[in-house]
Amino acid sequence: MTTRRVTCILCPNGCELTIRYSGEPTAESISVEGNTCPKGIDYAVEEMTAPKRTLTTSILVRGGTQPLASVKTACPIPRETLFDARRALRGVVVDAPVAIGDVVASDVAGTGVDVVVTRPVPRPS
Amino acid sequence: MSPRAREADVVVIGGGPAGLAAAASAADAGAKVVLVDRNRELGGILNQCIHDGFGLHAFGEVLTGPEFAARCIDRALGAGVEAHPDTMVAELAPSRELVCTTPGERYRLRAPSVVLAMGCRERTRGMLRIPGTRPAGVYTAGTAQWLTNMRNLRVGERILILGSGDIGLIMARRLTWEGAEVVGVVEVLPYPSGLPRNITQCLEDYGIPLHLSHSATCIHGRERLESVTIARFDENRQPIPGTEFDVACDTLLLSVGLIPENELSRRAGVRLDATTSGASVDGRYMTNVPGIFSCGNVLHIHDLADWAADEGARAGAQAAAYALGETSQEKDESVRIEPGDGVRYVVPQTVSKGSEEVLVSFRVAAPDEDRTAEVVADGRVFASQTLRRAHPAEMVQMKVACADGFDVDRLEVRLK
Repeated sequence: MTTRRVTCILCPNGCELTIRYSGEPTAESISVEGNTCPKGIDYAVEEMTAPKRTLTTSILVRGGTQPLASVKTACPIPRETLFDARRALRGVVVDAPVAIGDVVASDVAGTGVDVVVTRPVPRPS
Repeated sequence: MSPRAREADVVVIGGGPAGLAAAASAADAGAKVVLVDRNRELGGILNQCIHDGFGLHAFGEVLTGPEFAARCIDRALGAGVEAHPDTMVAELAPSRELVCTTPGERYRLRAPSVVLAMGCRERTRGMLRIPGTRPAGVYTAGTAQWLTNMRNLRVGERILILGSGDIGLIMARRLTWEGAEVVGVVEVLPYPSGLPRNITQCLEDYGIPLHLSHSATCIHGRERLESVTIARFDENRQPIPGTEFDVACDTLLLSVGLIPENELSRRAGVRLDATTSGASVDGRYMTNVPGIFSCGNVLHIHDLADWAADEGARAGAQAAAYALGETSQEKDESVRIEPGDGVRYVVPQTVSKGSEEVLVSFRVAAPDEDRTAEVVADGRVFASQTLRRAHPAEMVQMKVACADGFDVDRLEVRLK
């Protein structure tokens, strides 16, 4: 029996989860305590099998009111791909204006996930 | 200066989450609202908080700071709020007359209600009085965040973070992603100051060590920071001799607390609470100066922008009701609300006698588990709530109701 204690990161409550499983962790073999909502169970399974995180960073903007537009992966990506994803965005430059939700990269680091703008950058008026 | 003052029903000072929400809710209530902010762009500090984790409470989805700001801005402008960005409030009189300056103009602005929503600023090295030299490379975490996220500048290569506040934790992850080496986070208290989830996703994910009960005792370096001496600190926050060690680093980020920015409030005669450093307010978020309200981080430091916005919305509605003559224009006889055992502070500090309900926000004094928070007066329990985990980093809110109106002199919020 393996016992792991992890903090759920899905919301600011940050529930302390106690996760127990025998052999390989799977949705069937895992038991979870300490979650205060059902999402905690899904999080525990994912965290034990294939942890995911959202990457938030910024890219260069040409001709805007700001030098940078902040961006994020449209959904969480495998944790081990975070640095590859960050590297893949290093050369990306977009022209202003950009709006929230604009896609600036597709299938980043082979994750199948888009990277989208989170901060509008207009052209100077 | 223009001869006649401009008029509004409600003036909101500050365009961050609290101010935007206050302005929107005041406008929704039918008030003519002017919102002034010293920055060119509305949204306040949210614009540089490019990480996610905002909005679950306010909008039911996970958003980044700039996305959260955009929602708040759209909502305020959509409600008819007149925004004056790039505008500094130079003076605020108890009569609720403001002197505003903006490039090329200085004007007076007058309203029956003013909502203070100026937010907070970071504690600095000077306030910590850390001995040593004064090299380049020592920043507050928020300044490093602004340089990194807004200005595209690299703050350093080898980073030490003093204080485990959320901004420092977020910057530990951000700078790691950007290729810097974060050598550790040092916290003088025996427990972290930031939210538990940020310890997990910003430090543990990247193997960044957290040194609890440690702090900096000396800063070294001539032109640029070269190293910081760290020591173990006892429960009285004094360094323990013989425990010192040096950490080589070119950058030190300070994430050691936030201070409500109340210079304007003080000059208007607003009385402050010694513990929160924010205004002392009643159940409708009104300060001791009739018609001046306060909300968000200028009232007390919040751990979530969602809660600051929530408080702003409540304060804005009250400010509108006051301006439109729908509520009492005087301070009513009040019930004091005070922190008791295990509680550091409570906001609001008073509630009108006869009120039937008040929402109290408070922080516990130390980390604990399975405690009961209760609101009591004269041996009567008005509200209670179980806290599975009590932590100073997490603000707690409780609705306190009394069907026939509060008729006591003092309510106490305490842990049992």
